[in-house]
Amino acid sequence: MPRNEPTEVTDGWDGGRSPRRRKAARYAVPVAVAGVAAATIGLVPAFAGSGSPDLPKISAQELIAKIAKSDVQQLSGTVRVTTDLGLPSLPGGGSAAAFGGDGQGDGPKGSDEASASPQNKLMELASGTHTLRVAADGPDKQRLSIVDKAAEYSIIHNGDQVWAYDSGSNTAVRSTADAHGKDGRGHHGPKGLPKGLKNATPQDLAKEALKAAEDTTSVTVDGTARVAGRDAYQLLIKPKQSASTVGSIRVAVDADNGVPLKFTLTPKSGGAAAIDVGYTNVDFAKPAAGSFSFTPPKGAKVVDADKERAKAGRQHGKDIKGFKDRKGLEGLKGGDGPNIIGKGWTSIATIKGSGSGLPAGKEKGAAGDAGAFLDSIGQKVTGSFGSGRVFSTRLVNALITDNGTVYVGAVDKQALIDAANAAK
Amino acid sequence: MSQAEVSGAGTPGAGAAPRRPGPLWSLGLLRSEIGMTFRRWRTLALLAVLAGVPILVGIAVKIETGDGGPAGHGGGDGGPAFLSQVTNNGLFLVFTSLAVTLPFFLPMAIGVIAGDSLAGEANAGTLRYLLVAPAGRTRLLLVKYATTLAFCLVATLVVALSALAVGALLFPLGDVTLLSGTSIPFGEGLLRALAIACVVALSLMGVAAVGLFISTLTNSGIAAMATTVGLLITVQILDTIPQLQAIQPYLFPHYWLSFADLLRDPVYWDGLQKNIGLQALYAVVFGSAAWARFTTRDVTA
Repeated sequence: MPRNEPTEVTDGWDGGRSPRRRKAARYAVPVAVAGVAAATIGLVPAFAGSGSPDLPKISAQELIAKIAKSDVQQLSGTVRVTTDLGLPSLPGGGSAAAFGGDGQGDGPKGSDEASASPQNKLMELASGTHTLRVAADGPDKQRLSIVDKAAEYSIIHNGDQVWAYDSGSNTAVRSTADAHGKDGRGHHGPKGLPKGLKNATPQDLAKEALKAAEDTTSVTVDGTARVAGRDAYQLLIKPKQSASTVGSIRVAVDADNGVPLKFTLTPKSGGAAAIDVGYTNVDFAKPAAGSFSFTPPKGAKVVDADKERAKAGRQHGKDIKGFKDRKGLEGLKGGDGPNIIGKGWTSIATIKGSGSGLPAGKEKGAAGDAGAFLDSIGQKVTGSFGSGRVFSTRLVNALITDNGTVYVGAVDKQALIDAANAAK
Repeated sequence: MSQAEVSGAGTPGAGAAPRRPGPLWSLGLLRSEIGMTFRRWRTLALLAVLAGVPILVGIAVKIETGDGGPAGHGGGDGGPAFLSQVTNNGLFLVFTSLAVTLPFFLPMAIGVIAGDSLAGEANAGTLRYLLVAPAGRTRLLLVKYATTLAFCLVATLVVALSALAVGALLFPLGDVTLLSGTSIPFGEGLLRALAIACVVALSLMGVAAVGLFISTLTNSGIAAMATTVGLLITVQILDTIPQLQAIQPYLFPHYWLSFADLLRDPVYWDGLQKNIGLQALYAVVFGSAAWARFTTRDVTA
């Protein structure tokens, strides 16, 4: 400030330096500020990401054991989910959400409920970047919120009650925890949802990934990292089966308490991670008790999911599609699919179809358009099984034969065709 | 400054003092600037338009939901944020109105005030006389910026208060349901609404600095206003083009809607911090650019 005092007083050009130089010096200030800001923005994340703390060496076995005996019951934090499955994006911005989500719009429920339905929200997670906030206090109290622009979708599990609340449409969906457990196995839309969403936390993803690790998988410890401000070991999981589309899975495990903090799945084709789920912020203190209590707000539309079960049955056909995508989201094969061929990373789920092969064919009215659309994204293939279309994403490929059987898995195209041939 | 203090201390009373006005003098200048700005018909008309937005929204929602149905059919995509909550709680009209006015109405009003601040004076030929007074260009610039910021706050509060009044008249008031589904008492809701109004006012800091800088570039008030508003619209459009995702976090309106994060439980500070940080950065960069331009410029008008 003192430097420009003379100017303030006289507004003259008698400062000793030439006006031109003074002008240049003054304009240097905003340029310098902008430059420092740009450098800070560019460099700080680079430094923050490169920190690899010094931790005692640990074997993969010990690390897995650490995860297994990790007994963290209470935590709260923010999770960033980035998925890039290479699903074709649809006009209107919907991309993956349109696959499972829009299909429900013509279901027995109105559009309000459709937007509040867990299935729909799950589909949204299948593409793009999302921020989730999680809190847990023991097995009976969990909360998960999807942070949207000026809206939030929350799932609150407290004892035997599970509530889903969508602030955008002011709709609450109630179900009982009991039913929700059953639904985790089934494919009923609304209930399958909470389970699927819970699986989006790094812990569950890591557990599922390790389950798949048998003789088909190489598991190594690959250095250390800092995740959400905590020191972590990196577990590197690679499938040994060459037909798998999964390149590698990296799990960052908290060095202190064995909680998986970050889960990154890279497809074999390279490029950006297909699935990247990690805490950006985590706190292992007990969350506020109030976060687990929910009473439907005044004026909110309350949907009883248990009563919707019968109706949901009618949606079965459509929900299978959603189910398939969910597998893609978790990046796991095997698991609880309908009919599993093969094992480990190259297992393929088969859904026997009857009649019309293309799922979109069931959506009345739109069948013609949908067919043309499917032609544009699917690739015709033939084999001794007959012919069908292969739909490819970066991670999951699906073969839908003309007689309606669906083969889907995180395997390359040839493996699907082989499976179809073998099944014939 | 040290010289001034020494000479001021050495000769109490008159002497060196008249050429180095004290802080009180700046306050006086600020007061007269604010008084002049808010006495203009143009400013009052802008505020009246801003106050009218919540009234329109409130009446529209009231008519639309006269049969008892909820507003915002089709979920969150169907209308402005929080619209579906307005019928249950009039306080939400405050949030809806701010969400409606923040993208264009509010920054447009700021653009008019900021763009006019120096260029308008130059246009009217009064800038020279302002500079004749021993204020100093830096001080004058700071006062102009402070006046614009004061207008940001007043404009936001006008929208919020008008929305609160309309909401209280047309809709019931009561416990506030946060986005996360938890409820807080009405008093705390009011506090959050006040905090949101302050955050919205701070969100306009960046656009005010840009407007001030543009205002130093020209002698035509209209040109400065039009450029500022045009720039705002351009940036808002850029912010919606998905292919430009890489640069969007650095556009000043990008985090504007993050004020809604104050309605989460617990409050999600991430976006708010980014928003305020970005606004401060714009204020510093364009504020110093305006300073560089204004203090070295030949004022002829």
